[in-house]
Amino acid sequence: MKLSKLAIAGAVAALAGASLIGCSTSSSGTGAGAGSASSDAGVTLTYWATNQGASLQADQTILTPELSKFTKETGIKVNLQVIPWTTDSTKILAATVSGKGPDVLNFGNTNAWTFGKTGALLQWSDAQLGEVGGTSRFIPTVLSAAGSGPYTSLPLYSQAYGLFYNKAMFSQAGLTPPTTWQELVSDAKKLTNPAKQTYGLALQGASVSEGMHFEYIFARQNGGSPFNAQNQPTFTTAANVDGIKQYLDLMSSGLVNPSDAQQQNGTQQTSEFAHNKAGMIMVQNGTINSLAALGMTSSQYGVVPIPAPSPLASGGKDLASFVAGTNIAIFKNTPHLDAAIKFVKFMTSTQEQQILDQKYQLLPVLSGAALNFFSDQAMAKTFTDILNSKAEALPVGSNITAYQQSVGAQMVTLMGKAATGTKLSDSDIQAALQAAQAQMPAQ
Amino acid sequence: MSRIDVLSRSAGKLTDGLPPLPRHRAARLRRMTPYLLVLPAVLLELLVHILPSVAGVVTSLFTLNQYYLREVFDAPFAGAKNYSIALNFSSSAGSALVHSFLVTILYAVVVVAFSWFLGFSGALILQQAFRGRGVLRTIFLVPYAMPVYVGVIVWDFMLQRDNGLINHVLVNDVHLLGKPAFWLLGNDAFISTAIVAIWRMWPFAFLMTMAGMQSIPDEVYEAAAIDGAGPWRRTYYVTLGLLRPVTAVLLLMMFLWTFNDFNTPFVLFGTAPPPSVDLISMHIYTNSFVNFNFGLGAAMSVLMLAFLMIVTGLWFLWDRRGQRHGW
Amino acid sequence: MVGKSRSFLAFQIVMGAFLCVFTLTPIYVMFSSSLKPLFDVQGAFTWWPQHLTFQAFSQIWQTVPLGLYFENSLIDCACSTAFAVLVAVLAAYGLSRYRFTGRSAFMRTVLATQMFPGVLFLLPLFLIFVNIDNSLGFTLLYQTRFGLIVTFLTFNLPFAIWMLTRYFDAIPSELDESARVDGAGTLSTLLRVVVPVARPGIIAVAVYAFMSSWSELLFASVMTDSSTATLSIGLQSYASEVDVYWNQIMAAALVVSVPIVVVFLLVQRHLISGLTTGSIK
Repeated sequence: MKLSKLAIAGAVAALAGASLIGCSTSSSGTGAGAGSASSDAGVTLTYWATNQGASLQADQTILTPELSKFTKETGIKVNLQVIPWTTDSTKILAATVSGKGPDVLNFGNTNAWTFGKTGALLQWSDAQLGEVGGTSRFIPTVLSAAGSGPYTSLPLYSQAYGLFYNKAMFSQAGLTPPTTWQELVSDAKKLTNPAKQTYGLALQGASVSEGMHFEYIFARQNGGSPFNAQNQPTFTTAANVDGIKQYLDLMSSGLVNPSDAQQQNGTQQTSEFAHNKAGMIMVQNGTINSLAALGMTSSQYGVVPIPAPSPLASGGKDLASFVAGTNIAIFKNTPHLDAAIKFVKFMTSTQEQQILDQKYQLLPVLSGAALNFFSDQAMAKTFTDILNSKAEALPVGSNITAYQQSVGAQMVTLMGKAATGTKLSDSDIQAALQAAQAQMPAQ
Repeated sequence: MSRIDVLSRSAGKLTDGLPPLPRHRAARLRRMTPYLLVLPAVLLELLVHILPSVAGVVTSLFTLNQYYLREVFDAPFAGAKNYSIALNFSSSAGSALVHSFLVTILYAVVVVAFSWFLGFSGALILQQAFRGRGVLRTIFLVPYAMPVYVGVIVWDFMLQRDNGLINHVLVNDVHLLGKPAFWLLGNDAFISTAIVAIWRMWPFAFLMTMAGMQSIPDEVYEAAAIDGAGPWRRTYYVTLGLLRPVTAVLLLMMFLWTFNDFNTPFVLFGTAPPPSVDLISMHIYTNSFVNFNFGLGAAMSVLMLAFLMIVTGLWFLWDRRGQRHGW
Repeated sequence: MVGKSRSFLAFQIVMGAFLCVFTLTPIYVMFSSSLKPLFDVQGAFTWWPQHLTFQAFSQIWQTVPLGLYFENSLIDCACSTAFAVLVAVLAAYGLSRYRFTGRSAFMRTVLATQMFPGVLFLLPLFLIFVNIDNSLGFTLLYQTRFGLIVTFLTFNLPFAIWMLTRYFDAIPSELDESARVDGAGTLSTLLRVVVPVARPGIIAVAVYAFMSSWSELLFASVMTDSSTATLSIGLQSYASEVDVYWNQIMAAALVVSVPIVVVFLLVQRHLISGLTTGSIK
């Protein structure tokens, strides 16, 4: 009797477990399985899109009609999954390790090297590249952000940094947008009034990625570079230190609200700009959307390239931005290779690119794209010029992900020290860079 | 008549009226019973906790980075290399690890001590019934009910230097500070992070302590009162004394969890915390999930694990003295 | 009340007030922020909204499929809690009432798992799930709701087992014995004698299990897709790449908290089973 009671309990538990299995919804992507490559109609691709819009829902709204278009053209269905940036990297990692992942995926180009090295992404052959129109269609600087061949991902969307200036504040102070770094500093000084909590610039001081981006841009402006030709880290050169000083001096000289050193994202930065508390912000073009959400129209601000010091230091470049953006790739294990290539061709086609760039307010990756992706054509032209001639891709062939974390984190700490009034000497900065370099994993 | 008496009388009426099993079958079943009872737990723990943890530890002996993720079993054997990197105290990576370790110990001690103190106090307050006791109890549990992200991000919002409530109160309302302070930078960041962690953790200590207090029969309190003990002494001798087994586990678990706490610093600071809040969980996370250097991350985890095992070992010794059964 | 003392009373009042303020201030901030438009929330702090608006409460449903995430969280957490309590009660009874070889080894191993950071066994867990799926021939665990529930429940299991063992230890075994003497089997004794007395402890452990699953983020973020995502992921989605929509986050958090609070109020009564003429005075 005791045995049967225990057995009953066991059976109940087993039934409960079985019912859980039964009523659980399977949410897997395409598993590893033999798929017929011959006929693509009726195939369902799983696509992991990144969050480019103002919210995950916005991405769904924007992409779904485009995907229906694709289905109508080819008969291939697309299962769209919009992945938040916070989990994008981890999900791709899990897919790589388990071998079960999407067919097509997006990721930020900062991670292109790392994901490429895992071998989980399809390496495009010349024939396959031909199928999507070849690589010559892409803007050269943008293509170089995807590597130098063999390619494991292709550019999909692009962003660049611009110097946004508040027209009302500028005209009130009788200023014109700066063309050199020195002008930027003097403009900022005229706009700064701590008593009124108004400052020349607003920054994201605690953002690891912003820290790395500006370390790169200003190091290059001063002739420095984080990696040498052999892809070994060379963080601690004097030119690199000068570049960082140029950036940190904004905070040290009191041109930036010290509270900005706490900001990990752009919320406070755009808010200060929109509330007329900051005259300039150095941000990527996607910020146009955030400003619009705060009620700021494009007539209230202007954009110019981030200026470089004049005259340039020896070896320095008049660099206004690096090539930020999102790449698209195919998962090597996909059972639907042909269908996936067709999808990438669709997404990178001239037509779709124009539609998506307009909806997302992102920069084109294709050469010669029309300037109507922004409602303000002048702004579109400025960004196109920056992308074509004043931007550089981050060094290809180096571990950019680790570089971002190690250098970015040190920049955050340095910015924090500058904000709390600590005087930073060259050797302080060099020590920080030394610590960052020590954390780089061996190639 | 206490509830326990009532129950033990009704227990007598629980037979199913059937004759008992033959002797040897009963004996074998009696021997098997504990194993059967524990079996589901053993299987599940093995599957989702023990095997993966062991595998994780083994990873520390290999160079598992982005090159080998696809074929995890092909990763080259690294022996003690990851450990020598982590333990090289003269290198900046090694000394950073030591610093982080010390910060984490301090953090865990502070958070656990205050959380327990508040939790115990809360349970004491709600021990006697009064009007609104249920409402108060619900209120106290709210921080724990909030998803981690929300709780921490509200504090992030409140701790902002310019627009946060904390500085608004301290500077404008109470005039305790002349200028707004930085709560998320520098040394003050430690206090802020600890307070956020305590805010989330204390309701848990409260919940467990309160449940434990419910099983203390009132007769014991009455007896103590008759012997002349006031409420403070009764609390110290009766409540604390009888709660010891529960408190012991509570303190240990809270310490282990706080030591491992990743969510609080991550939501507040991302992957670049100020040096005063440089918790070890972030080092492990950064090495594993940002740099994809899983071997090194695993080595750091093992070192941390070794420390926690020492702490737990000491706890066992302390606990054994008060325990009826020896574990 | 037995043996009043003024200092004790003072302590209770002061501490009670402090705990209320400490606990409720962030809740108030959430409340008032949800009623401000985005522009105001990002501006200087005010105790009371200068422009009262409910727009955040309607926006949250469009920005993120909150209803779906809420439903997913409820199902996942409720299932894993029920499962965890069931398994833990059985195991704790075995560990509390019996002495057998492997007992202390099991207890200590279970405790040891608490020392491991979650990030350590994330990857091996996936590998194990995938291998099980491959040998079974169908997707049972990896990226399924069932897999996530199993993952949740084992995070809750070690603590549940330890705590329940302690709660059970506090219940005198004379209770069990008198039931046995009258012929009751193991399960009967457990279910009809021990469990009712241990009810506050079981409820507390169930609450803990539910709440931990509710907040779990790391594993949920990887094991779900847009149709099975949980609330903890959903609440993070109000922060896009550039912006954090504070007012919406606060509104969503409030909306999501109300049912939880209601559940607590219902569960309360079981937490205070107490003793008949006992602590409830």
